[in-house]
Amino acid sequence: MNKENLNLKVDIAGVELKNPITTASGTFGSGREYGEFIDLNQLGAVTVKGVSSIPWKGNPAPRIAETYGGMLNSVGLQNPGVEEFIKNDIPFLRQYDTKIIVNVAGKSIPEYCEVVERLSSADIDLIELNISCPNVKEGGVTFGTDVKMAHKVTKEVKRYAKQPLIVKLSPNVTDITEIARAVVEGGADAISLINTLLGMAIDIHKRKPILANVVGGFSGPAIKPVALRMVYQVAKAVSVPIIGMGGIATGEDAIEFLLAGAKAVAVGTANFRNPRASIDVLEGIKEYMKLYGIKSLDEIRAII
Amino acid sequence: MKEIKNALVVDNKLISPNIYSMTLDIKDIAQKAKAGQFVNLYCKAESRLLPRPISICEIDKEKGRIVLVYGVVGKGTEEFGNIKRGESIEVLGPLGNGFMIDETKRKNIIVGGGLGTPPLVELVKHLKGEVDVYLGFRSQAMLIEEFEKIGARVHIATDDGLEGFKGNVLELLKNNNAVGDIIYSCGPKPMLKAVAGWAKNNNIPMQVSLEERMACGIGACVGCVCKVKEKDEQDWQHKKVCKDGPVFWSDEVVWDE
Ligand SMILES: Cc1cc2nc3c(=O)[nH]c(=O)nc-3n(C[C@H](O)[C@H](O)[C@H](O)COP(=O)(O)OP(=O)(O)OC[C@H]3O[C@@H](n4cnc5c(N)ncnc54)[C@H](O)[C@@H]3O)c2cc1C
Ligand code: FES
Repeated sequence: MNKENLNLKVDIAGVELKNPITTASGTFGSGREYGEFIDLNQLGAVTVKGVSSIPWKGNPAPRIAETYGGMLNSVGLQNPGVEEFIKNDIPFLRQYDTKIIVNVAGKSIPEYCEVVERLSSADIDLIELNISCPNVKEGGVTFGTDVKMAHKVTKEVKRYAKQPLIVKLSPNVTDITEIARAVVEGGADAISLINTLLGMAIDIHKRKPILANVVGGFSGPAIKPVALRMVYQVAKAVSVPIIGMGGIATGEDAIEFLLAGAKAVAVGTANFRNPRASIDVLEGIKEYMKLYGIKSLDEIRAII
Repeated sequence: MKEIKNALVVDNKLISPNIYSMTLDIKDIAQKAKAGQFVNLYCKAESRLLPRPISICEIDKEKGRIVLVYGVVGKGTEEFGNIKRGESIEVLGPLGNGFMIDETKRKNIIVGGGLGTPPLVELVKHLKGEVDVYLGFRSQAMLIEEFEKIGARVHIATDDGLEGFKGNVLELLKNNNAVGDIIYSCGPKPMLKAVAGWAKNNNIPMQVSLEERMACGIGACVGCVCKVKEKDEQDWQHKKVCKDGPVFWSDEVVWDE
């Protein structure tokens, strides 16, 4: 079978991605830096770093700590604000034949709504509501870990969203399916998961935390089993499309997520080790399809 | 397209306790590199997924080689120390902006501290006029010959006084009544901060090469920030050390730690 004849298209809430590969918000900037390493036209979608209503300075450095098979970050959603984003990044990304998913950050419901309202007239394809960043104290993660709040923020934001709304879930909860159901009831058109796990690392020589923020978001290959389990559980609990992520670095990793019920996958931390990671994952998926004579990913999706 | 390259390790020798000098055969990087830029070195062990940023110490454009001088301070650099001549290593670069070389300055002061010393070697090769190199170490100096070969005067300070002046590099600068038109520096932040204060008092413009923990090294993750002034101390921005730096003017940095 010719690799190029494979049907890799996926539909996320009415938006067709040419293939199931996107990037995890915060690991890919707005695509500019990685555009020097890969052809962005090859990605199903680019998910950009979180944007807020006004510029955010983020947390103090150090913001990065490596851990076994993974890393911690406490960037805290530093970004130049939605106006700068619309002015600089959308025209850049629109040069490419790829969908644009914009991650939206906020500290309060009105703030989330403000960003989403501003984006509703912008030329983007999907909105990803970030209710799960562990690095932002006010709001942020509390929206993602409280069933009622998750429902409420989704419902409010949905009123302003012209584009389909993805809600990105936090894994830092006891029962992920509860939150998933709550956001779907609130109007989420799709779900992405998982955001980072809350973690910590200590420098024993200085006897101090490595991160200035003390705790940070844990990501990378080490978290893949947790992410996969949660995608599996959520896929059983709700019927909206799922974008799976958490430690995906190879085509095999991505196939696991598709088998567990994800419709698309995002490559995140792997980009830091290998700027070509997203393309390598795509190629790996194609190899797997060729190996087993799979013509469409629907044949294997959610069969576990 | 840019890509991570496999570089042949031409040499990797111990030059001081726990400090190695690694020569890489990597034409593309050697051709493009400037003093003060750095490379990402990648570990073979998959458990260590983040790149290690290491400054370029010397560039040989003719042979297509670069020299990196690094200290073994953790698991990643320990892995690099065990690499044998003839093996290869994954490398990306050159990254960041180098020093902003001002050839009009007649009296150049170079200040280096410990493992911040290496990138200053390539820098000195490109300076016009007199060069005084002030280096601070805990106990054992390194790279002195490299500087002297280029014709720079080298002044050493060690904490324990085992080599050169006993004390820190700022005390040495003061002790020698150092004078200059510009300072280029790289080293631990407390040292840079102290010397920046001295430079300000003496009205000498100073460039500092900063270090921060990095995840990508290419400007995408916003992990490696430092505070840089817009107008005054209160009005600052988080700038990326990897992409906006690693070299900054000392008077634009907010020295709060
Ligand atoms: C722009 C730049 C240039 C540098 N140039 C040199 C050089 O020329 N020679 C040299 O010896 N060292 C240099 N360093 C420091 C060097 O990057 C660290 O010593 C190295 O990353 C430590 O890795 P490790 O695995 O041995 O340590 P570990 O502590 O095991 O590393 C764990 C993690 O922390 C990071 N890390 C630890 N210490 C530092 C540090 N000081 N700075 C940044 N990241 C750190 C590592 O990259 C890794 O991600 C430079 C750093 C930067 C940012
Ligand atoms: S290390 Fe990623 S932005 Fe500098």
